[in-house]
Amino acid sequence: MSSSVESLVNREYKYGFVTDIESDTAPRGLNEGVIRLISAKKQEPEWLLEWRLKAYQRWLGMTEPHWANITYPPIDYQDIIYWSAPRTQKPVGSLDEVDPKLLETYEKLGIPLSEQKRLSGVAVDAIFDSVSVGTTFKETLAKEGIIFCSFSEAVREHPELVRKYLGSVVPYTDNFFAALNAAVFSDGSFCFIPRGVKCPLELSTYFRINTADVGQFERTLIVAEEGASVSYLEGCTAPRFDTKQLHAAVVELVALDDATIKYSTIQNWYAGDEEGKGGIYNFVTKRGKCAGARSRITWTQVETGSAITWKYPSCILQGDGSVGEFYSVAVVNHHQQADTGTKMIHLGKDTRSTIISKGISAGQGNNSYRGMVKVMPKAENARNYTQCDSMLIGNRCGAHTFPYIDIQNNSATLEHEASTSKIGEDQIFYLKSRGLNTEHAISLIVNGFCKEVFKELPMEFAVEAQNLLGISLEGSVG
Amino acid sequence: MTAMLEIRDLTASAGDREILKGISLTVRAGEVHAVMGPNGSGKSTLAQVLAGHPAYTVTGGTVTYEGKDLLELEADERAQAGLFLAFQYPVEIPGVTNAYFLRQALNELRKARGEEELDPIDFLDLIDEKLKVVEWGPEVLERAVNAGFSGGEKKRNEILQMAVLEPKLAVLDETDSGLDIDALRIVANGVNRLRRPDNAFILVTHYQRLLNYIVPDFVHVLAGGRIVRSGGKELALELEERGYDWLTDEAAQAAGATA
Repeated sequence: MSSSVESLVNREYKYGFVTDIESDTAPRGLNEGVIRLISAKKQEPEWLLEWRLKAYQRWLGMTEPHWANITYPPIDYQDIIYWSAPRTQKPVGSLDEVDPKLLETYEKLGIPLSEQKRLSGVAVDAIFDSVSVGTTFKETLAKEGIIFCSFSEAVREHPELVRKYLGSVVPYTDNFFAALNAAVFSDGSFCFIPRGVKCPLELSTYFRINTADVGQFERTLIVAEEGASVSYLEGCTAPRFDTKQLHAAVVELVALDDATIKYSTIQNWYAGDEEGKGGIYNFVTKRGKCAGARSRITWTQVETGSAITWKYPSCILQGDGSVGEFYSVAVVNHHQQADTGTKMIHLGKDTRSTIISKGISAGQGNNSYRGMVKVMPKAENARNYTQCDSMLIGNRCGAHTFPYIDIQNNSATLEHEASTSKIGEDQIFYLKSRGLNTEHAISLIVNGFCKEVFKELPMEFAVEAQNLLGISLEGSVG
Repeated sequence: MTAMLEIRDLTASAGDREILKGISLTVRAGEVHAVMGPNGSGKSTLAQVLAGHPAYTVTGGTVTYEGKDLLELEADERAQAGLFLAFQYPVEIPGVTNAYFLRQALNELRKARGEEELDPIDFLDLIDEKLKVVEWGPEVLERAVNAGFSGGEKKRNEILQMAVLEPKLAVLDETDSGLDIDALRIVANGVNRLRRPDNAFILVTHYQRLLNYIVPDFVHVLAGGRIVRSGGKELALELEERGYDWLTDEAAQAAGATA
C-alpha cells in the first residue's frame, strides 16, 4: 500500500502564474536613496520619511537572527527589489478604473474584485507586489464610521490615526525584520473600528507577489476602539519562481477596553518545488496589544505555503481581564521549514491566554513550535492553557517543540499538554476498509487532527483551509 | 448456486513468516461460517488478508469473490464491492465525528454502486434505524470515531458501521473478545438482525460463547495455518468440551505423516 500512497499525484501549485503587466520598479538593493524614492512615490509626509530613515539606521546596526530551527543560504539584501508597482496613469479612484489585467488576476485567484461578483459579506483590500490595487465595500463600511483602506491612503487621509498607532505595538527597534519592514514597507491595509461598532463584514486583505526578485514588505494596522469588534482575514499567494523571494511583513493590532479583534491567516505562498527550489522566505512579525480591560485578540493561522516560515503572532495582555488566543495549523511538506508559535505576555490582572498548535510534517519537512508564556510580577491570577500537537507523515520529516515559560507571579496557573503522533498504516487501512481511498483517508485524519483550529476560522474560509490542507499533503505519504 | 466467496489453497506471510499454509473455504449467500482455533492459528490473519491489509503478502492460492479476483482489489475497492471487516482492535480517528465518518463511508459505497450520495439530512433519517441495531442513542454520532471509547463500545461501533454499510460479506474478527455479557448480547443481536438470505458472515472467534447467540451453519477449526476440521454447529460444542489440543495433535500427526 505504501507504494500506492507514494504514487498519489502531486498537484501543481495552482497560483503559480505570472501576470504580464508593466511595472514601475526601483533599482535592486537598499540604501537611503531607495527609501527616499519609496517615500516620494507615495507622497508621504516628512515625519514618516524620518521614521523610515531612523528604522534604516537602526537596521544597519542589527544582525539577522539565527536562533530559529531553520537553515537557508545567506540572504543578499542588496539583490532584492524593494519597490514594484503596476504602472498606472493616476491614482485609482474606484475599482472600475483598475487595470482589467489586475482584476483578471484576482479573479483567477478566486478573489473577485469587480462589483457584481464580490464575495458576499467580505470586504477585500487587494495588494499586488508593493501597492494596494483596490478595496471593496468601502462605502458600506464608511457608513458605520469604519475605515478600511490601503496603508498609503490612510497616511494621506487619516495621518493622525496612523501617527498615533504606527509602531506602538511593534516598534522599528523590535527585531531585524521589523526594522527592515519599517524602512521599506510599501503598502498594506489599515483598519479602524470606532467605539462601540461591530464591523458588519469580514474584512480581508489579499496579498499577491507578482514580480520576480521583489520583496514584499507590507504593514497592517488594525485598531478597535472601546467595545468595537472586527474579524479580519488575510490570504497570500505568489507565482512560482526558481529564486527565493523575501516577504517580511509587520502586523500590529490594538484593542481598547472591551474590544475584540479576530485575525485569521491562510498563508499559501509558493513553497518551492519538490527539490526545495524557489519559494517564499516568510519572516513576519505579528503582534497584538490588548491595551484595554476585557479586550480580546485571537490569532488563527493556517500555514501551508512558504519555503521558510518564521512567524510568532503574539499578544501583550496589558488590560485587566484581557484574553489572548492563538490557534495554529502549520504544514510542511517536501523541503519546507517552519519555525512558528506565539508569545503570550501577561501584564494585567486576571489575564487569560490559550494556545492550540497543530504541526503537521510530511516529506522532508521540518516543523518547530516555539512558544513563550510570560507572566509579569503584577499579573495576578494569570492563566494559560497550551496544547501542542505534532503529526508526522512518513519517516523523513521532523517535529520539534520549544516551549518557554517565565513566571514572575506565583498566583499564575499554567497547563501544558503536548502529543506527537504518526499517521499509521493501521489508521489508513481502517478507513480504506470502509471504502475511502488513501487520499480521502489521509485528508480525513489530518482534518480531524486540525479540527480545534478550523472551528475558529470564519465559515467560508474553513472550507478553503480544509481543501488547501488536502492539496499541500498530496504525495506526502510514504 | 455459485459461491459468494471461494478461497483456494491460500497461503500468506507476514515478513518472512508464513502464517496461512493453504486455506480452502467456500461461503454462499445466506450462510454463517464460524472460524475457530487456538491463539496463533492464523484466524485473524485470514480476516485481515481477506480485507486487504498491507502487512500481509499473499504467496499462493486464489480468492474469488462474486466471480472477481479479490486479491487484485485494493482494500477500499473490496469495501466498495461489499466486503466488510469488523476489526478486533478498531482504530481511533480523533476529531472526526462518527456521523461524518459514517456518511463519508456510505457515500463512497453508494458512489461505487452508481447511486446518489446522501446529504446530511437524508443520512439522519437512515441512521436513526441503524442506531437501534446496537441499542444506541444519537449522542454517539457526535463522538469522534472510537476516540475514548471503551473496548465494548468500539465493538458496538463496528456493528453500527456494518449496519450502515450493509455489506454482502461481513468478516467479524474476534468481535466477542473482551465483551461483558450485556455487550455480547447487543453485538450478537445486532448481527442476527442483519442476517439476510443475500448476505453472509464469517465469524472469527476463539470461544464458543458467541455461537450461543449467533448460530452458525458451519464451523471450521484452524490450526497451524490450515483448516484441520469442518463441521456443523455441534463441532463448536465439542471444542468447548474438549479444547483444541486433540485437533492440533491430530493435525501435527497428519503433518508428520505427510512429511
